[in-house]
Amino acid sequence: MPSLNNLFGFLQDWISGKLSGFLPPWGVTLAMMVITIVALLLFLVVTVMYLTYLERKVLARIADRLGPNRAGPLGIAQPVADVLKLIVKEVIVPARADVPVYFLAPVVMVAPALLPYAVLPFGPRMVPADISVAVLFVPAVTSITTLALLMAGWGSGNKFSLLGGLRAVAQKVSYSIPLLLAFLAVVLVSGSLSLVRIVEAQASYPFLLAQPLGFIIALICCVAEVNRSPFDIPEAESELVAGYHTEYSGVGFAMFFLAEYIGMFTVSAMLAILYLGGWHGPLLPPYIWFLIKVYLILCVMFWLRGTFPRVRVDQLMNLSWKVLLPLSMVNVAVVALVDKLGLRLGFLPGLVAGLVVMAVAAAVLRTRRRARAAAAARPAWQVREA
Amino acid sequence: MLRTETLSINVGPQHPSTHGVFRMLLTLDGERVVDLKPYFGYLHRGIEKTAEQRTYVQNVPFTDRLDYICGMSNNLAYALAVEKLAGIGPIPERAEYLRVIMAELTRVVNHCVAIGFLLNDLGAFFTPVLYCLRQREYILDLFEMASGSRMTPSYIRPGGVVEDVPPEFIPAAKKVVAGLPAFVDELDQLLTGNEILMARLQNVGVLPPERAIAYGVTGPVLRGSGVAYDIRRAEPYSIYDRFDFDVITEPGQDAYARFLVRLGEMRQSARILEQALAQIPEGPVMAEGVRRIRPPAGEAYARIEAPKGELGFYLISDGSPNPYRFRVRPTSLINLQALRDMCVGHLVADVVVILGSIDLTMGEVDR
Amino acid sequence: MTELDIISRLQAALPGLAAEPVEGAKDPTLRVPVGDLVRVASWLRDEAGYDYLSNVTGVDRGEQFEVVYHLYSIARGGGPLVLKVSGPWDQATVPSLVGIWPAAEFQEREVYDLLGISFAGHPDLRRILLWEGFPGHPLRKTFENRTVPNAEMVATMADEEVPHAEN
Repeated sequence: MPSLNNLFGFLQDWISGKLSGFLPPWGVTLAMMVITIVALLLFLVVTVMYLTYLERKVLARIADRLGPNRAGPLGIAQPVADVLKLIVKEVIVPARADVPVYFLAPVVMVAPALLPYAVLPFGPRMVPADISVAVLFVPAVTSITTLALLMAGWGSGNKFSLLGGLRAVAQKVSYSIPLLLAFLAVVLVSGSLSLVRIVEAQASYPFLLAQPLGFIIALICCVAEVNRSPFDIPEAESELVAGYHTEYSGVGFAMFFLAEYIGMFTVSAMLAILYLGGWHGPLLPPYIWFLIKVYLILCVMFWLRGTFPRVRVDQLMNLSWKVLLPLSMVNVAVVALVDKLGLRLGFLPGLVAGLVVMAVAAAVLRTRRRARAAAAARPAWQVREA
Repeated sequence: MLRTETLSINVGPQHPSTHGVFRMLLTLDGERVVDLKPYFGYLHRGIEKTAEQRTYVQNVPFTDRLDYICGMSNNLAYALAVEKLAGIGPIPERAEYLRVIMAELTRVVNHCVAIGFLLNDLGAFFTPVLYCLRQREYILDLFEMASGSRMTPSYIRPGGVVEDVPPEFIPAAKKVVAGLPAFVDELDQLLTGNEILMARLQNVGVLPPERAIAYGVTGPVLRGSGVAYDIRRAEPYSIYDRFDFDVITEPGQDAYARFLVRLGEMRQSARILEQALAQIPEGPVMAEGVRRIRPPAGEAYARIEAPKGELGFYLISDGSPNPYRFRVRPTSLINLQALRDMCVGHLVADVVVILGSIDLTMGEVDR
Repeated sequence: MTELDIISRLQAALPGLAAEPVEGAKDPTLRVPVGDLVRVASWLRDEAGYDYLSNVTGVDRGEQFEVVYHLYSIARGGGPLVLKVSGPWDQATVPSLVGIWPAAEFQEREVYDLLGISFAGHPDLRRILLWEGFPGHPLRKTFENRTVPNAEMVATMADEEVPHAEN
């Protein structure tokens, strides 16, 4: 009797059992790969469609309005309408575009965005390939999108796009470093580079408790990595019109859009796996728990977008290099120290150390801001009496 | 050998944050602004010329369409100019009160829009602006109740106001005004202390008071530079001398100071409105004998503290029913003179913020 | 200190000045010869505290043009004082006051654009609302008021020196 907990494992066994009746063993493996890929792609496309719907609804509620509510009951057909519109829309190529680069960019954008799903564990036995360096694999392949952003910015032959593309490169490179350092701390705690091992190591408590500082650094970096507000400067609407995708319409734009939302889902999944305990949770099936955690982080991203103004490009760089990078180094050092001392106190030392570092950092930043504000204070201008 | 080139970039006339059809030619070194040249005229409708062919009352609707956010204030400035030119007066008490009420409601409307869209320019995705627009809707409903129109009221006419407000107006207005302080507090809590907002606005677009006065900048921009100059206080028109209110200034001289001035002015407007709504008498709303306005030959300049700054009308009559010359002193255009000074040396992202902190309406810049 | 006092002080301070107050004006008005405008304006700003130039505009008075300036004092809280210069249309050039009050910059450009009065010494005297090549100056009384076909207008725009970025 298949339990809900192991639904997908059961499906896998059942399909491969049926297939082995008329296919050689290598054929079964191949067929299972194809089936997995198709299933994942379908899942991702539908997820992205309804992520846009969810985002619009959440943002609408934050902004005190209703959101999409015309197409279908509660507007649930809205994503379908949007997709149809994007597909049938005319593709306009700018006169000054570098045509091969211009058309290649969306493809280069989407392909690496899909790759992480080869290694992301949705549940026990629900990972296409459990490779031993998955923690490095995901940031490595997703950073290829940087190239796509630069290609789009350059290939469009538009100055706004170019500025957007350059901003994107600077931002992605800057934020990858503290992000990886934060991940490194998790690797130190769990003792493995495999995502499945890391999730299994969180059976008793999620690493959020041992790595509070690391989680915050990783969250900020992830939001920046996927160019979401308040770090959406590469496509800053009020400054650069739409940044690198200004000149894309129709399918090209749809692919950027797809990649952006898949990217959001990827980083949320990474955060859920590394810090929130992945599929672990009581009562509900593991994959449901995993999705709940992912959507929780996605909703935090929507929340940030609904409430925060955008930071400026120099402030963005300062945050990465002057705040996040030193903090993540301190974090790694503290974790290494705690690990070396061999304390067997669970998450307590990490939690205490993380909170202390955060408190100190907050105090330092506050003092510096006060000092800056005092330096900038100007005298009042007096109206002379007649 | 490394070599850098400047990059010229056209921001506008079609751009999400130029507040209409305004164009800036930016010269950039990387992302830093080296030079800025503004270009106008995309919304030029020749109002000053057209007005010479219409009678004085027929020109009132044109004033609505100058700064289309603040129709009532424009009506008021024009009515004061015509009254000064034609010697109409005294204006009935009730009309004066209604004028003040409408002008102050307009100020709230304008500052709502200004703050909301400033936040949009900052990249806060529509939440603050929708909070602001919600408040604006309540006030526009009042305008519709009084004049039949939300944005182009043509309500304040030479001699008074066009007709009395319906009896349900005063209670409705009292209700809206009673909710205003809470709204401003909400906005204050939502925005003022926000770390990113402060980082984006403080020390951006610094305009020292001497420069502000020299450029002829007025309104919240001038008061944000620390100059306590408000025409309602310096040269009271209508019945502003009867109300108790403070002229808000901020010493910051930057975009943040302008934002704070606008917040503070909404609070002061609420104070004025409370007093005016409590004191408004019954009576006629139009001066006697204002039917066909044929001012004697002469000229008059009248100005008010419009929400964006000094709005003036300079009218010349040759004794005919049409103005010989109809000149608008456009607040937005003149405030823009300081734009280049404020932007050079900042980043591209700051330009749109500085533009938003000046608060302009292209309908008034181009006329 | 009323505006009339200032006018008499001005006449005492600048000998040989042919400026005269306009009788019967609603605001204190001083008519200044074109040649003395800069001298008067500097004196008013430096000695009489008129730090704020509110309004600059031009008027077509038939045979004559007229440029009108409205001055206020923010520091002292006074005003308005109206300055007027006029002259025949064939010599429609007035010294620019941008050097004294930068506030004049856009408004002088507008007067130049809509009335065709030029301002000597203006740093950037270009049309502001209409495009270069627009035929005539609309606020002149002689400007023909008619509906202009779009094609005719576009033809004048072709000559516009378009300051587009080069791409």
